[in-house]
Amino acid sequence: MYDTGKIITGLIIFVILVTFPFYNNIGKAISKPEPKLDTPEIQKLPEKERRCVEPKAFMRTEHMKLLNEWRDSVVRDGNRMYVSTDRKKFVMSLQNTCMNCHSNKKNFCDQCHNYVAVKPYCWDCHIAPKEKGT
Amino acid sequence: MSINRRQFLKIAGISTIVGLGGTTTIKALWRDELEASQVSPSPEALVAKRWAMVVDVSKFKIDNDYKRVIDACHRIHNVPDFGNPKDEVKWIWTDTFSHAFPGQEHEYMEGGIKHKPFMILCNHCDNPPCVRVCPTKATFKREDGIVMMDFHRCIGCRFCMAACPFGARSFNWRDPRPFIKEENKEFPTRTIGVVEKCNFCYERLAKGLIPACVEACKDNKALVFGDLKDPNSEVRKILSSCYTIRRKSELGTQPSVFYVIGGSNNA
Repeated sequence: MYDTGKIITGLIIFVILVTFPFYNNIGKAISKPEPKLDTPEIQKLPEKERRCVEPKAFMRTEHMKLLNEWRDSVVRDGNRMYVSTDRKKFVMSLQNTCMNCHSNKKNFCDQCHNYVAVKPYCWDCHIAPKEKGT
Repeated sequence: MSINRRQFLKIAGISTIVGLGGTTTIKALWRDELEASQVSPSPEALVAKRWAMVVDVSKFKIDNDYKRVIDACHRIHNVPDFGNPKDEVKWIWTDTFSHAFPGQEHEYMEGGIKHKPFMILCNHCDNPPCVRVCPTKATFKREDGIVMMDFHRCIGCRFCMAACPFGARSFNWRDPRPFIKEENKEFPTRTIGVVEKCNFCYERLAKGLIPACVEACKDNKALVFGDLKDPNSEVRKILSSCYTIRRKSELGTQPSVFYVIGGSNNA
């Protein structure tokens, strides 16, 4: 075999590079994101009404689908009223309804989005709430 | 042990019935999580079969009359002011008679009309060419006649701008955010690479409010908004009592913005 030394050296360098992310992160557990739900707007609500448009578990996994449906419903069909599974009415609006309660975009949206490395382009157009003290 | 045709048909028939029944039962038992949720239009929304606007030119007298209307629209829709005509984004603006109604001007026209600025906006055509050419259906006509822009879908190809004979559409060549003096939190801004235009304030109609420009000249009724299909609407009353013209009606796009060209005493 010709150039044994070069090939093996190359292979070793390759393996080191490819596995770099693994051994570089060994032992460094990145903490799970914990979105904060204690905005002043939410605290103001009475205890019983302190809930999102749909149950927490649903919102956690499906909020992007829900927002997509809301978007199409509002812009394409002109339907702006959302009646949730427990018969409560909401105006479908990311900027005005969602962000009114979740006025802490950095600690609510961005925490998870950064953790899972997704970059939704919602905020290119929609105006994020002004955050206090951050 | 073979079966004959009669037996086969019997078994096939029964299993089909059982099978169909089975799926319906499963479906009935399977509760879709969001099955109970539903959407509807807001109860207070203004509705019409065909929205239209009348511009009474004679009621625009001083510069402030125009400015008030333009500001009202541009402020609530977060329309940026780039300060140069090359990048300009506009929803409602003014132009001269000869530009607004090309081919209809003549040299002996009354000076007041000839040099007067005309309020111009998207005509919300019945037969909108912009909708026909849009490859993504980002611009579309609602059932009530409003020609809408879905900013989410716009890919910025600008076919609609080429197709619109009224130049009613603007393209965001630059990021508009830094050029908006005061952001209105109720309405989104746009992003670079998106086409935008007047939307007859569909977001205000949904709340039961008339368009911002019409509201801005509520006192002198220079702009009137209403249902074209309703014979008793204010718009129809004006149309039946005054002579009105539309922009470039020869193109067959059927604009829904009508202009009352009052002229002076003799007109």
